[in-house]
Amino acid sequence: MAAKRSMDELRERVVLGEFGVRNVHTTDFPGNYPGYDDAWDQRRFEEAFRVDVVREEDGVLEFDMVGIDAAIANAFRRILLAEVPTMAVEKVFVYNNTSIVQDEILAHRLGLIPIRADPRLFEYRNQGDEEGTEIDTLQFQLKIKCSRNPQAAKESSDPNELYFNHKVYSKHMTWVPLGNQTDLFPDADFRPVHDDILIALLRPGQEIDVLMHCVKGIGKDHAKFSPVATASYRLLPDITLLQPVEDEAAETLQKCFSPGVIEIQNIKGKKVARVANARLDTFSREVFRHEGLKNLVRLARVRNHYICKWLIFCRAESPILLCANKRRPASMCTLVSVFHFSLASLVFPCLYSCGELLRLWFGAALG
Amino acid sequence: MAESGERKAALEMVQADGTDGNCVTFVLHDEDHTLGNSLRYMVMKNPDVEFCGYCITHPSESKINFRIQTRGSLPAVEPFRKGLNDLMGVCQHVLDTFEVRLLPEELRSFLDQERQRTFDAESLIAFSGILCLTLV
Repeated sequence: MAAKRSMDELRERVVLGEFGVRNVHTTDFPGNYPGYDDAWDQRRFEEAFRVDVVREEDGVLEFDMVGIDAAIANAFRRILLAEVPTMAVEKVFVYNNTSIVQDEILAHRLGLIPIRADPRLFEYRNQGDEEGTEIDTLQFQLKIKCSRNPQAAKESSDPNELYFNHKVYSKHMTWVPLGNQTDLFPDADFRPVHDDILIALLRPGQEIDVLMHCVKGIGKDHAKFSPVATASYRLLPDITLLQPVEDEAAETLQKCFSPGVIEIQNIKGKKVARVANARLDTFSREVFRHEGLKNLVRLARVRNHYICKWLIFCRAESPILLCANKRRPASMCTLVSVFHFSLASLVFPCLYSCGELLRLWFGAALG
Repeated sequence: MAESGERKAALEMVQADGTDGNCVTFVLHDEDHTLGNSLRYMVMKNPDVEFCGYCITHPSESKINFRIQTRGSLPAVEPFRKGLNDLMGVCQHVLDTFEVRLLPEELRSFLDQERQRTFDAESLIAFSGILCLTLV
């Protein structure tokens, strides 16, 4: 019984010791544990797998993925960061830039602005194609000139009063349809995701007149194409009290963990500690600094339970998706469509490799 | 091989002379840990596989060496193909679960229709490949 329990712990928990971490790697492969059937079983996986959404707000998606291995969860994270396409400014044609910001710095900043455009509506630009066509390019214009306000008070030193258009925001970027884009996207609203990104500061007489070409790209090429601010996950914490902890020790124990993790109950007049919500803990390992407490607690993480947090820019918003669903916040469609992409990116290369392999094998079998 | 926009091979097989297909190294081009680690996990879950591992030959080159050794006389291509298929199954199931959780009904049915249209092309290629195989 004890042996089985320790084997289960080996398989299911990553244990945080005082000076190191144990049972880090996945070991549940066929043949490693006698008495366990570890061969891949799609049905067993589907029964055990579930997704619980904790929070879906504008720009943040927090959810739990349970029953999946690190290799695959990490693959999703990597795909989200590097291989989900978005649209971003690639070429900046500078007609006039008399501002204090140099051309190349301005172009760099414009490239990093997230654009609200569904990349599925566009193709990738062909290599070596300098001009770009209407199927692979989105054009924006930024034309702004700063002037003095004649109505400003004489003694005022506040730039907001003295000048017009002295702050260039991303809301000043306007979409300029190319070719037949007005017919293709009649209801489209292509603009930067955020209106209040400060691009440059101007003074009277300075102006910026640039034309920008946005293309479709992936994060691997340049980080500006990454749809997420960040995509991270952590394993679910699992705190077990190996012995009952009472009175003063209970108070100290409660202080060792993040607020809300340990709760003190009053049982028959004595204060007894109990693990209320291990999920809130950030594992500072403060408990190992107390001699009397360090052997009473086992800190571990559940190996196949991922608490994922994706911070996504609301970029990939398909107008079609939006029309189909007006009630839910737009970010949600985005987040799901992003996940849709990421899985497609993993599934289709596999399918493609499968096809390649079959072709290879077929060729080898023939001759 | 002079095509405009030359197509590079995505996959090569390297086999030592004298062995009989049990132990093969696949060289996958333009891949990294994303496919390597997840595929390794799926192939290791196969009880017929004695050894499975991958490595990135050099960080400046984006290719991985993926090695499979099987028990007995099973050709190494079999667990490779099964691993790819299983990985597709996992991804598809995760996507389905996600859609059920996050999307409202009407959006889900719309996405299903759209996906069906784009997926048909790829599945046709794969299906024809499998068909040729069964004919041989």
